[in-house]
Amino acid sequence: MSELSKNQLLDAYRMMRTIRDFEVRVHDEFAKGGIPGFVHLYAGEEASATGICMHLNDEDRIASTHRGHGHCIAKGVDVMGMMAEIYGKETGTCKGKGGSMHIADLDRGMLGANGIVGGGPPLICGVGLAHKMRGTDGVGIAFFGDGASNQGTTLEAMNLATVWNLPCIFVVENNGYAETTSSEWSVSCDSYADRAAGFGMPGTTCDGHDFFAVYETAGEAIKRARSGGGPSFIEVKLNRYYGHFEGDSQTYRGDNEVEKIKAEKDCLMLFRKRVTEANLLDASEMDAIDKEVAELIDESVKKAEAAAEPSVDTLLTDVYVSY
Amino acid sequence: MSDSIRGITMPKWGLSMKEGKLLEWSVNEGDEISKGDEIADVETEKIASAVEAPASGKLRKIVTENDTVYPVGALLGVIADDSVSDDEVNAYVEKFLAEFVPPEDDDEEEVSASEFIDINGLNIRYVSKGEGDDTILLIHGFGGDLDNWLFNHDDLVARTGKKVIALDLPGHGQSSKSVGDGSQDFLADTVIAFMKAVGVDKAHLVGHSMGGAVALNIASKQADMVNSLSLICSAGLGKEINLEYLDGFISSDSRKQIKPFLQQLFADVDLVTRQLINNMLQYKRLDGVTAALQQIKDGFIEGASQKKQFNDVLGSVSKASVIWGAKDQIIPASHKDNISGGNVEVLSVADAGHMVQMEAAKEVNEAIANTVA
Amino acid sequence: MARKITYQQAVNEALDQEMARDPSVIVMGEDVVGGQGSPGEMDAWGGVLGVTKGLYAKHGDRIMDTPITESGYIGAAVGAATCGMRPVAELMFIDFMGVCLDQIFNQAGKFKYMFGGKAETPVVIRAMYGAGFRAAAQHSQCLYSVFTHFPGIKVVLPSTPYDVKGLLIQSIRDNDPVMFLEHKMLYTLEGEVPEEPYTIPFGEANLVREGGDVTIVGFGRMVHLAAEVADKLAKEGISCDVIDPRTTSPLDEETILESIENTGRLVVVDESNPRCSMASDIAELAATKAFSSLKAAIQTVTAPHVPTPFAASLEDAYIPSVDQIEAAVRKVLK
Repeated sequence: MSELSKNQLLDAYRMMRTIRDFEVRVHDEFAKGGIPGFVHLYAGEEASATGICMHLNDEDRIASTHRGHGHCIAKGVDVMGMMAEIYGKETGTCKGKGGSMHIADLDRGMLGANGIVGGGPPLICGVGLAHKMRGTDGVGIAFFGDGASNQGTTLEAMNLATVWNLPCIFVVENNGYAETTSSEWSVSCDSYADRAAGFGMPGTTCDGHDFFAVYETAGEAIKRARSGGGPSFIEVKLNRYYGHFEGDSQTYRGDNEVEKIKAEKDCLMLFRKRVTEANLLDASEMDAIDKEVAELIDESVKKAEAAAEPSVDTLLTDVYVSY
Repeated sequence: MSDSIRGITMPKWGLSMKEGKLLEWSVNEGDEISKGDEIADVETEKIASAVEAPASGKLRKIVTENDTVYPVGALLGVIADDSVSDDEVNAYVEKFLAEFVPPEDDDEEEVSASEFIDINGLNIRYVSKGEGDDTILLIHGFGGDLDNWLFNHDDLVARTGKKVIALDLPGHGQSSKSVGDGSQDFLADTVIAFMKAVGVDKAHLVGHSMGGAVALNIASKQADMVNSLSLICSAGLGKEINLEYLDGFISSDSRKQIKPFLQQLFADVDLVTRQLINNMLQYKRLDGVTAALQQIKDGFIEGASQKKQFNDVLGSVSKASVIWGAKDQIIPASHKDNISGGNVEVLSVADAGHMVQMEAAKEVNEAIANTVA
Repeated sequence: MARKITYQQAVNEALDQEMARDPSVIVMGEDVVGGQGSPGEMDAWGGVLGVTKGLYAKHGDRIMDTPITESGYIGAAVGAATCGMRPVAELMFIDFMGVCLDQIFNQAGKFKYMFGGKAETPVVIRAMYGAGFRAAAQHSQCLYSVFTHFPGIKVVLPSTPYDVKGLLIQSIRDNDPVMFLEHKMLYTLEGEVPEEPYTIPFGEANLVREGGDVTIVGFGRMVHLAAEVADKLAKEGISCDVIDPRTTSPLDEETILESIENTGRLVVVDESNPRCSMASDIAELAATKAFSSLKAAIQTVTAPHVPTPFAASLEDAYIPSVDQIEAAVRKVLK
């Protein structure tokens, strides 16, 4: 914690706050009927994306999941473009062709949210391989959920990363549920760290509500990868505040489960408490960020609503580089 | 068996020809034919052309079916005068068929016939045929290669008894695709260096199109290395040139794109066969070819005109001929009128285009033979 | 162009020359080197049929063995391609697509579109296809029509050594994901191939035979059977256009339609199973875009709607034959 400068702490807070406000606002607007399709929200998990991506630069790449907004924001994807994309507008990050589940910005090292559970980990082996072959110190991070942790693609990718000694980090964001199914039930091992050991890589579990815990755990793994030490596995234990997707009645969850977490473990709350108690930041500084972020999100929604839908002329473009 | 029986066999045009498809006869059994007459159409991998009668007499028998492939050397028909009986003709055919062995599919032949030599770091491919102290050097045109002399190379050896060498210019055929600065001087200097490297101090230069300009440039630089000049639809004798053809040829990358341009090369557009187009595309698709052609074009063209004219050089050569297909669509045949002075024979071939040495090989070969005599 | 090499050597030469030309070209697959981590020699196999043999000696670690983990390494190839590498991943038999298809069609094939045009994924996936090897149902399928169905993927089916080299070099230099499918029965086929690198553009059919009576469109190995039939019938005065599309995506519709407009008669020869095949696709093309030119019902010659059998008698009956093609041509001429 001491290694983070004041500016970095403010950045971390701003990043988490931006993700939170973004997701809460999408939740509200979706309920009003303004957003098409379906969306999967990251609210509650902000410390994970932020704690990990704070270590990364544009050369490092991440692969994300269907629950990808938080990873996008943490990796530096433009919030205005993201909101417009979720609204299916021509000003969107992907010109309205991808939507919530496919937001990507390769210039920022964001290799895409991914609609296929377990789609990302093999791709990240490729990212790691490219860095290794070029002799750079870049890394690839595969974010996936507890559901994807059981996919063959994830397990194949972990094996391959060790066999090829790739600079890859496999991050399972264990929010306890694969759609409605509890990870307690669906994951065969007691601890993900045990599973990592089976693939010949270090595995660590950290508290995903605690930005600092995630930041430190990720820092070690990323340092190791950058220096040629090979892949690592991180289990981030956290909770999602909303359903699997918007409109999920969440009858599978326990009574007051989410309320309790929000009251006791909210990552933003814990962050504020910790930095103010340690006199690292003033509450007023964070309040100012809250205000700026609220304005930013407000503006992003207004702009997204006002933007035009993609012209039908673009239906047939962007399929191939040349055909 | 009478000596007056002559078999007509599948000709061999160029090194790689192993077989040809007999399309149809243009004469019938019983017709009187004269030596040199075009009597049957044959299509090969490279080009379609006509079989010429090897002797004069009556076409007694046709032993082929139309649209059928026959190996080089296979019997196509029999010429004999009326003193020969039908039985004798039939016996000739039977004996021929019994004894005929098709040439083996021997790839070594072409490999060994085709030689490569390093000229200033460039790998230059050439084919040398015939023996003799006197040498004829065949220089193809823009986008061509030594196969452009398919109907000339062997025949010139036979007619003149001289050594005949054909080469692939840099950027062309199987030679290196690097073309230096792409200038006319680069090409001429490379050919001069090539001549020295293969031990030819002096040669009869035969140039087609751009190859004609290369020959003229050599004559202007090293008159002592030139015995005579035979210029066929030559560049370097006027300003006009079909720029649309040059640009179209360079930029075309598909069968459909290139076909109309290749058709401009011939008076008879049917000569532009599927195989000819494919061969041209195969060349054009080699790495570096498009860039090389563009560079060479830039070296030859300024604005819409040929950069250099060598008419005065032609006048100073001891012996020269200027041969043109009257229907040339690439370089105007009127350029043959731009010649004054010197010992220059001018030949215009009525029904031929820019590739006159292919379309009217006999006339062109005769003219070259006269020039080098 | 005198030198002759085999179809298989043409694959090797294209890979070799492109690896030499461009350091971002890498090759990966199961046993493409062979002997990785084993006590014996490296480069033990060079691929299951020896296609990549010798590349390890020249290019070292840029050709790499993978564990048997198709999803893992096909996905890795796709991911590396998004980072500017030009990976050529060998999926040994196309039948193995079942264990890695997501990485091909949901990931590689869609990135560009989903990401609003901003991603390029220049990956090549090579695989063997086709029956005739007595390799039975899980090692003999064609499946190219499956990939042809996917937007964002290009599909290449070379039929000659010349086409192999030019199309593979084009595939590697191409900036889209390419399925490069090699018929295993053609590996020993010899043909003239220039020693220099060259490319053949995608979407240009090869007119293998030219004739005016019947159009035969063949794919991959079937091109050779179609040409054999055309040569036989030419002696009877029946002349056929034999068209080898060379790539099924993009498809040179123009050449096929022009030929049908000229002949009015179409036979399609496709070694695949018949439903939703290239045969049905070309028949649809003719029926919708050249209907008024057709003088006879379109004939398709395909494998039957069964898995590829093992026993010689059954497999021989399964693969479209010269006799079936000839019969189809005669039928459209009736």
